[in-house]
Amino acid sequence: MTFFIEVVAGGLLAGVMYSLVALGFVLIYKASGVFNFAQGAMVFLAALTFVSLLEMNWNFWVALAVTLVVMVAVGVLTERIVLRPLVNQPPITLFMATIGLTFVLEGLSQLVWGSQPHGLELGIADVPMEWLSQKWNINISKFDLFAAAVAGVLVGTLAVFFQKTRIGRALRAVADDHQAALAVGISLQHIWAIVWAVAGFVALVAGMMWGVRNGVQYALTFTALKALPVLILGGFESVPGAIIGGLIIGASEKLAEVYLGPYVGGGIESWFAYVIALLFLLVRPQGLFGEKIIDRV
Amino acid sequence: MLYREAGQFKSTYAEDMQIFPIRQDRVAVAVLLAVAFVVVPLVATQYWFSALLIPFLIFSLATLGLNILTGYAGQISLGTAAFMGIGAFMAYNAELRLPWMPFLGSFAIGGLCAALVGIAFGLPSLRIKGFYLAVATLACQFLVLWTINRVPWITNHSASGVIAAQKMEMFGYAFDTPASKYLLTLTIVALMALAAKNLVRSETGRAFMAVRDMDVAAEVIGIPMMKTKLLAFAISSFYCGVAGALYAFCYLGTVEPEAFVLDISFRVLFMVIIGGVGSILGSFLGAGFITLLPIFLNLGSDFIAKTFDIEISHAVVSNLESITFGGLIIFFLIVEPNGLARLWQIAKEKLRLWPFPH
Repeated sequence: MTFFIEVVAGGLLAGVMYSLVALGFVLIYKASGVFNFAQGAMVFLAALTFVSLLEMNWNFWVALAVTLVVMVAVGVLTERIVLRPLVNQPPITLFMATIGLTFVLEGLSQLVWGSQPHGLELGIADVPMEWLSQKWNINISKFDLFAAAVAGVLVGTLAVFFQKTRIGRALRAVADDHQAALAVGISLQHIWAIVWAVAGFVALVAGMMWGVRNGVQYALTFTALKALPVLILGGFESVPGAIIGGLIIGASEKLAEVYLGPYVGGGIESWFAYVIALLFLLVRPQGLFGEKIIDRV
Repeated sequence: MLYREAGQFKSTYAEDMQIFPIRQDRVAVAVLLAVAFVVVPLVATQYWFSALLIPFLIFSLATLGLNILTGYAGQISLGTAAFMGIGAFMAYNAELRLPWMPFLGSFAIGGLCAALVGIAFGLPSLRIKGFYLAVATLACQFLVLWTINRVPWITNHSASGVIAAQKMEMFGYAFDTPASKYLLTLTIVALMALAAKNLVRSETGRAFMAVRDMDVAAEVIGIPMMKTKLLAFAISSFYCGVAGALYAFCYLGTVEPEAFVLDISFRVLFMVIIGGVGSILGSFLGAGFITLLPIFLNLGSDFIAKTFDIEISHAVVSNLESITFGGLIIFFLIVEPNGLARLWQIAKEKLRLWPFPH
């Protein structure tokens, strides 16, 4: 029984990490309708920049601030160079453009910072919490709980940002209807630049968490692929959907690996999330919290 | 001036409906085929065959397959590499377990198995569209690779998972030199390209395009959705399966799961985009562009390294290649979303009027 709780808790916390990446997708999709395949590359770029600056013995907070500036710059440049010329193109074109952007960001990150893996330490050790493991024999990593707390704070901050500030309201307006937002005088270009910058910040947080977990290496770009089933489950436009989708995917992936894995030879983790997403798609294509797509002829 | 079709009259229905109605086009294609079949084997070196021409042809075939699915039928698929892998492994198994089957038949069996799996993974397309379908095909990609790794029957219980492809022999003639492999690949690709060109001109092709443009309207005018979409997946996967079999037998020489990873799916998708979505010629142009680009970048960086006497490491070259790839994709999407095929069409339009500007 305790093992089951351990697996579920581990899965939930892994799911939180997925949600962190999925959050970036959701933000950009909500505001500009673009499915940003380059989010994984942004996570990689953010983590690599941060860790390289740390290794050059910069102060932690200075490195963080500089990385943030870099991510904001990437966001603004992307909006200027990639998105602005492609305004009003069909969504598939924008999707392909972000795939191109992925390649550019990956190549650029490795060109500038090199391609060897780095370890990242944030001061929280990846060890089980002692009092839990001693009292109830459940091993839950301290770092997982820290990541969950960070994700909670991030979501809370974003919620406050969206509800209470003027820019947040403008973002929500743009997410609802581009033309109506233009009609009330909101500058789409500025909003898109801000959204991509915020997504860059989320990518930085996600990159730091994943970097501690798996090391900062090229494989970090594949976290984007892992976040796709999360998005499908939760719906592309919903922040709570990203969180809940991540939790569900994380928990079920771990449970499947532990309980179903031995019957089919193991290694289920690579595709189980996708199969769940697929089943979900067949039953509820818009995800748990997404908007229902109604095709009118 | 040279490209005018003035004076070329058609006197039969067959002439009117032919694939290349303009005489200059027919001559050009005939010359191209003559060069490809006769001249190239005489002048090309082994390196040209094995590093440039054969992969170009194989990826053109795979791009043709994906173009039929994504460009003509509008269903996005990121599982191309998985279908290629199925084609390769099933062709290997057919060669292994059916020794009486000629190897072309084994390739066909590989393609048919890929088509069956394509139908299975095309079933979600009946309910979902767009990015969601792309994710469903991603599921196919990972699932197929996992299956190949886990089911020992597929790899003939090989310990390492890397199997040597069998020799190809027909009527006692062995296809083991690069030149013979090139001619074999060229024949298969030329025939399948002809079939594809005719497919998209036919009623099936028009049904595909109707589904791509607006599937609800297509259903309203009586095009059967399930049949059309599944047929698109089947045909596309067949093409990708044969391409995969050729990839393993004629290019790599081994049949291994690592050769069919997600990266290949993305490459083929890029070939479709850059070449031109929904264009047969575009498949060849895109495949040629993307296959040749790394080679040119390598040559370019070698040249720069020699001229300016600076050391350019391999990692830098491959990162520059990544950046150039991505940059070119974005560039093409901004400048010409319809790809190289559209640029060629514009060139032909200008040729018609040359030397006049309009």
